[in-house]
Amino acid sequence: MKLSAEIAQASSGKDILLMTHIVLGYPSFETNKKVIAQMVANGVDLIEMQIPFSEPMADGPVIIKANQDSLLDGTRLADCLNFARQMTETHAIPFLFMTYYNILFKYGIEAFCQRAVEAGIQGFIVPDLPPEEGADYLKYARQYDLAPIQIFAPTSTPERMRFLAEAAGGFIYCVARRGVTGTQTTFNEEFNNYIAQCRASTDMPLAVGFGISNRDDVQALIGKADIAVIGSETIRLVDRQGAAAVGPFIAGLR
Amino acid sequence: MKNLNGYYGQWGGAFIPEVLHETFRQLKDFYSKARKDPAFWQEYTDLMATYSCRPTPLTAADNLSRHFGGARIFIKREDLNHTGAHKANNVMGQGLLVKRMGKGRVIAETGAGQHGVATATMAAKFGFKCTIYMGEEDVMRQRPNVFWMEKLGAEVIPVTTGSKTLKDAINAAFRDWVTNMDNTHYCLGTACGPHPFPEMVTWFQSIIGLEAREQIERQFGRPPARVYACVGGGSNAMGVFQGFLDLPEVELVGVEAGGEGLASGRHAARLASRDGSPGVAQGYKTMFLQDDDGQMRTTHSVAAGLDYVGVSPILTDLWEQGRVRFASATDREVMAALELTMTNEGIIPALESSHAFVQAFKEAGDMSPDEAVIINMSGRGDKDIFTIANAFKDPSWQQFIINKGKEYEAER
Ligand SMILES: Cc1ncc(COP(=O)(O)O)c(C=O)c1O
Repeated sequence: MKLSAEIAQASSGKDILLMTHIVLGYPSFETNKKVIAQMVANGVDLIEMQIPFSEPMADGPVIIKANQDSLLDGTRLADCLNFARQMTETHAIPFLFMTYYNILFKYGIEAFCQRAVEAGIQGFIVPDLPPEEGADYLKYARQYDLAPIQIFAPTSTPERMRFLAEAAGGFIYCVARRGVTGTQTTFNEEFNNYIAQCRASTDMPLAVGFGISNRDDVQALIGKADIAVIGSETIRLVDRQGAAAVGPFIAGLR
Repeated sequence: MKNLNGYYGQWGGAFIPEVLHETFRQLKDFYSKARKDPAFWQEYTDLMATYSCRPTPLTAADNLSRHFGGARIFIKREDLNHTGAHKANNVMGQGLLVKRMGKGRVIAETGAGQHGVATATMAAKFGFKCTIYMGEEDVMRQRPNVFWMEKLGAEVIPVTTGSKTLKDAINAAFRDWVTNMDNTHYCLGTACGPHPFPEMVTWFQSIIGLEAREQIERQFGRPPARVYACVGGGSNAMGVFQGFLDLPEVELVGVEAGGEGLASGRHAARLASRDGSPGVAQGYKTMFLQDDDGQMRTTHSVAAGLDYVGVSPILTDLWEQGRVRFASATDREVMAALELTMTNEGIIPALESSHAFVQAFKEAGDMSPDEAVIINMSGRGDKDIFTIANAFKDPSWQQFIINKGKEYEAER
């Protein structure tokens, strides 16, 4: 799989990779473009672009608001696909789509995979689609060499993790804690046991996300995770200080 | 109602975030054990007989029957259930399950406030902590219910995201649940959401249909020709329909919110209009009111409890099979049916329930007096005095509110 190879390549010589998150069309595609340029220039290794959905069930307040405002501003799926293509043509790092299942389902799963490939996307994160419900999705993702990234949670049993890993491609997204996106995570004993369990369940790289917001958090993940995921924090930063603040923030994380 | 892994035909399923997988496994486990345990259903019906008002009567509406000069109209009186609607059936059932699961906190979404009041009531009785999520717009529309929920000891959290109505309250409740699932049960209020909710809620609500079947056979001598129910998420409809699903000659009619008319686009008719399409949201697959990109649209109804983008996957399957016919009633028709029922029968249906009355009234006159129809009156309207008085634009009520406002103002 293309994404796995790219991750392996990016990992050489780095303690940990950085993945960042943006919500497409929030606050605008123009700002998205500037933010992404800053992220890439400062060493971000992967970017997940969230296609906004009206019912972002697994997200917290910051990302909910971004989804909602983007849609209110008139963001359409076609805009997201066009923008994705521009980004993958401009920047050499892997880009992923994160969105909810209805966006794929409504478009038609195979057609959506085709458009994503044309846009240069390398994988998907779909938080409301467990493998049990995703037979078609998994089939087409493989057929089009898109990584169907699966999610581990602290509540997942070891058997469940192994089952999820079998369906997964690219890497595993380990949700650091219970709850939704956007609030702080503590890296205690319980967390370490959880990550050890994740590690024991798969050979795939592990990304850790939810509540990773500063250098200390990223440092704490070195040696445990392969990829640190910065989600809500850059959205907050852009809200408060604009796109230009993203570069120095990212540069200071590793 | 065949169920394969929570699927009814192509509808249903469980589209849930991984973090809830274990919680659902546990819920399915407790639910299927309860379902196989006759003592559980006995405990449930005993509770409903002593704490609520079950069996609720089936009332022969002879004045309305005469008025339309056709079928004999019977009304199933869920308004006489404790807390004034069918919602209590589901809530009490889930409450017993929560006791078995050993959890100490319940959360719920509410649109009209009816399910919120029922959940707060159950929590008070069983000693659970309780948080209710309610769209900010609904908090405004249904203030008296918020008052009761709070007085019953629940915390009511207004939801300010999205369209600030029922669907957004459901999202908010899920977000609470993914954080607090260890000690918290999400008491979903209708026959929607991820498996096992549609099936479980439908099971608790089947008490309506079981009673109605027995009552109509006793009071009329045979089954009805048609059964009418309003459809928000579909729980009261599934409840009453289950008494008659095995009788193909009984026509089952679901009535959705026509709002300002299907042509206006301002409605909540997922199945009765041509505006619905297959989708997956809020954890399940059904017909949703959504745009071409799969974004949910805003819906409209005078009845908050019907103002919702999705519908029970079980009903969508029964609709697709042709077993349940769907119709819609406009806000205006609803007010007329409500008035007619009040003045002829001395019965005050909720705005939601009045939708079912509209369709029955449209059809009863063309039927024969040898035939009976049952209207499921899902709830009472007198508790919605603010909404109903407002919808009637009643001048003396308005004056009363203005005076009351002045009084409070002067006291401050
Ligand atoms: C009185 C009443 N009837 C009907 C409904 C609609 O729900 P359902 O379709 O699940 O019966 C509600 C919902 O709040 C209600 O309060």
